[in-house]
Amino acid sequence: MPELDTDVLVVGAGGAGMYAAVAAARAGARVVLADKSLVGRGGATIMAQMTVAAAVGEWEPDHWTHHLADTVEAGRGLCDERLAAILCEEAPVRIREMDSWRVGWAREDGRMRAVMAPGHKIPRCVYVDFLNTGPAVAKTLRTRVAQGAGIARISGLSIADLVVHDGRVAGAVGINLEDGQPVGIAAAAVILAAGGLTRLFRRNSASANMGGDAYALALNAGAELIDMEFPQFFPIGHLAPRLVGMDPIMWDPFRYKLGGRLLNGRMEEFIENYGERDSGVYTAPRDITSYAIVKECAAGRGSPNGGAYLSFEHIPEPELRLAFGPVIDRLAKNGIDLTKRPVEVAPIAHYHMGGVRVDERMATRVEGLYAAGEAVGGANGANRLSGNAIPEAFVFGERAGRFAAQRKDEPRAWRSADDAQAGRLVERAHGAGGGEAAGLGALLRELQALMWDDVGLLRTEHGLSRALGRIREMRTDELPSLAPRRKAHFDHALLDWLDLGASLLAAESVALAALDRRESRGAHQREDHVATDPARARNQVLRLSADGALDSAWADIVAAPHARAPLEAAE
Amino acid sequence: MSAGSVTIRVRRGAPDEPSRIETFTVPYSEGMSVLDAVMWVRGHVDSTLAIRYACINANACKECMVRVDGKTGYACTSRLGADGALIEPLGNKALIRDLVTDIVPPKERLDAHLEEG
Repeated sequence: MPELDTDVLVVGAGGAGMYAAVAAARAGARVVLADKSLVGRGGATIMAQMTVAAAVGEWEPDHWTHHLADTVEAGRGLCDERLAAILCEEAPVRIREMDSWRVGWAREDGRMRAVMAPGHKIPRCVYVDFLNTGPAVAKTLRTRVAQGAGIARISGLSIADLVVHDGRVAGAVGINLEDGQPVGIAAAAVILAAGGLTRLFRRNSASANMGGDAYALALNAGAELIDMEFPQFFPIGHLAPRLVGMDPIMWDPFRYKLGGRLLNGRMEEFIENYGERDSGVYTAPRDITSYAIVKECAAGRGSPNGGAYLSFEHIPEPELRLAFGPVIDRLAKNGIDLTKRPVEVAPIAHYHMGGVRVDERMATRVEGLYAAGEAVGGANGANRLSGNAIPEAFVFGERAGRFAAQRKDEPRAWRSADDAQAGRLVERAHGAGGGEAAGLGALLRELQALMWDDVGLLRTEHGLSRALGRIREMRTDELPSLAPRRKAHFDHALLDWLDLGASLLAAESVALAALDRRESRGAHQREDHVATDPARARNQVLRLSADGALDSAWADIVAAPHARAPLEAAE
Repeated sequence: MSAGSVTIRVRRGAPDEPSRIETFTVPYSEGMSVLDAVMWVRGHVDSTLAIRYACINANACKECMVRVDGKTGYACTSRLGADGALIEPLGNKALIRDLVTDIVPPKERLDAHLEEG
């Protein structure tokens, strides 16, 4: 007997996972919602700051087809238009459902307030509160999950492998961190909602959990990944002085609102030198701004810590106080006085466009295996429109939960021989023994440096080949020899080892796809292939071969055009 | 920005063994958090040092609560002074190992669901 048996297992309890659990439970399925951290506390949703894109249309007339047009335009020709259309059409439905659950979307004159964000042609980004939308959303979903009949929440359960027989998912195995117990979970359906891979890069805005688990679980189970060469970098992540208690991407809305000046190490404006007008308008696209900062640093014109200056010194203090509100006191606690000196900012890894390849039901090619949220690839193409990450979590989460629940009466594919799988996982993890001292940390740091330097913002054939070779070596030769000695309770080194295994496979998929895409497009910029090649308006699909090697193939994009509908104000 | 090193003392152990204080020397930079120092130790010296955290810096996940020089606080927002600090697990929660205590709500524990099954 496996330790647990359920209709639907949801791996990851951020926004997508919690929404999936709620949707599956209301469709009558029994659900296990597992997270390696605390349910509803880890992941990316809770760190999201402000805006959620959805054509609600209360503030200004809007229609989802207009949101779709902006999404597809931002995606630079690579969006899976079926998924993008689902995202945009259902986003307002989910926003209203969250509203009925009293998340507290900001309103003015009774209408849901929406603001403009880069890349949108209509103000359609709703929010709860500056810097607090993610926590509010996470709290609302935690409450729904806690109230949902049939949802078993399990915190501190790290899922390390899926169990698959004849192309059909049978469940998963993992480790209960508190007591180190191996756990087998039989399930009719599994939903991967474990987020993206931003932690693979040295500078990131990630939580500790965004290490690519969902991608590794999918590949190892026989599912495919798509668009893995497209990580999104956020151009002005906080760099220095050290700022604690705040998300590093916090500067963006203030810069947009007040006009913060971006300066190089010589205190000169520089975005203009990269073909974009920025001073006084602050609308240079994120990819251009990121590229310009990295190039200034490479030319020796960076700020002392390797980024650029962001200055608000030209703004009068009362205006700063009005715009920043209580945030200015939090900055003061960090020793930051914006009237006296600039801060340093730099691009940071922020989101992953690529992910698990799914159909409209969020189903992978493995029967019973689904994905949701950032873990899904395709909807955002080569570049994600701002504000699309949270609606993606809601919309894809709800669909994955609803469709996965339809399998609840399927007979389990779990076999009695699978009962031993979880135990074997723990044995394998402790196999060689003795790698815990410093080797795991050193390997992760080397991976993060490699990804940042060679697979990040400035990519070349030489750098990508070097990185790919080294990552393969780390994955197949070095990590197995670093397996930690066993600790009975909260075996943190074991967790690191399992995480690193997933991270190396996810990293390899990014490096391989980036090497094979010999053009520049969206978030993928090649120094040696600077132009966009119309012949490469196709997606790359990755899968693991039987011998454990990663294979890449090209596939035609999924087109599903929708004409823009006439704009009407919502009731 | 860097200014030498700083020493942290960490109370370690599990329920079935006597606790001990271990001392680690960590590179110091102005404004660094207690969690920065613990993460440095985990990454460079001893990855078996156990602590709960997810968001690292944003004070969003609320998982990293410990005692710093006897005072309860989040490791991610507690500043580490140049004279270092004594870092201990919460005193009012059951110890699991090192800085990890039992903060998981009872209904979110694996054993709550094993009993049902």
